[in-house]
Amino acid sequence: MTPQLTEIWVYLSASPLLGLTVTLLAYQAAFWLYRRSGMNPLANPVLIAVAILVLLLTSTATSYETYFAGAQFVHFLLGPATVALAIPLYTQFRRVRSMLLPVVAGLIAGSLTAALSAIAIARLFGASLPTQLSLAPKSVTTPIAMGIAERIGGIPSLTAVLVIVTGILGAVGARAIFDAMKLHDPAIRGFAIGVASHGIGTARAFLVSEQAGAFAALAMGLNGALTALLLPLLLGWLR
Amino acid sequence: MLSALTQLLVFQLAGEVVARGLNLPVPGPVLGMLFLFVALALRGGPGHELQTTSQNLLQHLSLLFVPAGTGIMVHLHRVADEWLPLLLSLLISTVATLVVTALVMKLCMRRQAAPGEAP
Repeated sequence: MTPQLTEIWVYLSASPLLGLTVTLLAYQAAFWLYRRSGMNPLANPVLIAVAILVLLLTSTATSYETYFAGAQFVHFLLGPATVALAIPLYTQFRRVRSMLLPVVAGLIAGSLTAALSAIAIARLFGASLPTQLSLAPKSVTTPIAMGIAERIGGIPSLTAVLVIVTGILGAVGARAIFDAMKLHDPAIRGFAIGVASHGIGTARAFLVSEQAGAFAALAMGLNGALTALLLPLLLGWLR
Repeated sequence: MLSALTQLLVFQLAGEVVARGLNLPVPGPVLGMLFLFVALALRGGPGHELQTTSQNLLQHLSLLFVPAGTGIMVHLHRVADEWLPLLLSLLISTVATLVVTALVMKLCMRRQAAPGEAP
């Protein structure tokens, strides 16, 4: 680099502008690809955007901390977005109320399956204890999952990553699984996606239909609350 | 948009304060979602502004996960060491959760819909 370019780079790498801008650009590019693919779940925009960013950051030797100083402004919006989920929930409330029993039963069964099977399989294949505990809240939305991981002895930042991967897996695989099960009710499909793969699944469900999205949002909120309550108790008994 | 965003933040703040004040294990934003839901039920639905702002925010919900997801670069080491149990655990557990949740709901709905059965 010429001295002048180096100077510009030094300035930019110290300001949050760059991290924020590349996050938005990477996402726009990923979303464009997703659209071009005909909204193929395999071309998941989170997956592609993360891949672009990791490549970019490692090839410019930029640390994650430096990047996050800018990207945190996007990350922060997760809070208000979670609150905003109350609105589709309200719109769909009539349908939710008529399905109270299936919703409660599905929630409890799904929530337990998500946490316990993740620990059991990881243990079976020889993962270390911190890794097992970081996996336990993997189906819960990021901010809640990180809090749970911290409480039960996992690694919060690893949990954040596992949560994202889980979300992508659910968003990518759900359609094929439900089609194979001949399951067509958007309420059930949405709810199961929300339990298994939180906000990323919910984002995918909203792209399919408003009803599926609202049920996914409901499932995400309920599963977050239930897992936060249940998992610390459950692990206390298991120990 | 400004008033809608302010409302969302106020509800998040209220959720955060109550969650921490009462030492609840539920995160603030989730409690904020609950509060907003109750408020919507009380005043009979969201106004036009809140509706459109929320729709815009939720339309790009995926974007909001990108910064946390990029954190994988910090854990490449652990992921490389334990990739097999991690991958199998995530894959099998996610599929199992989808299938179990959907099946349980379907069974319950069939029971609920069956004539003569008390719900």
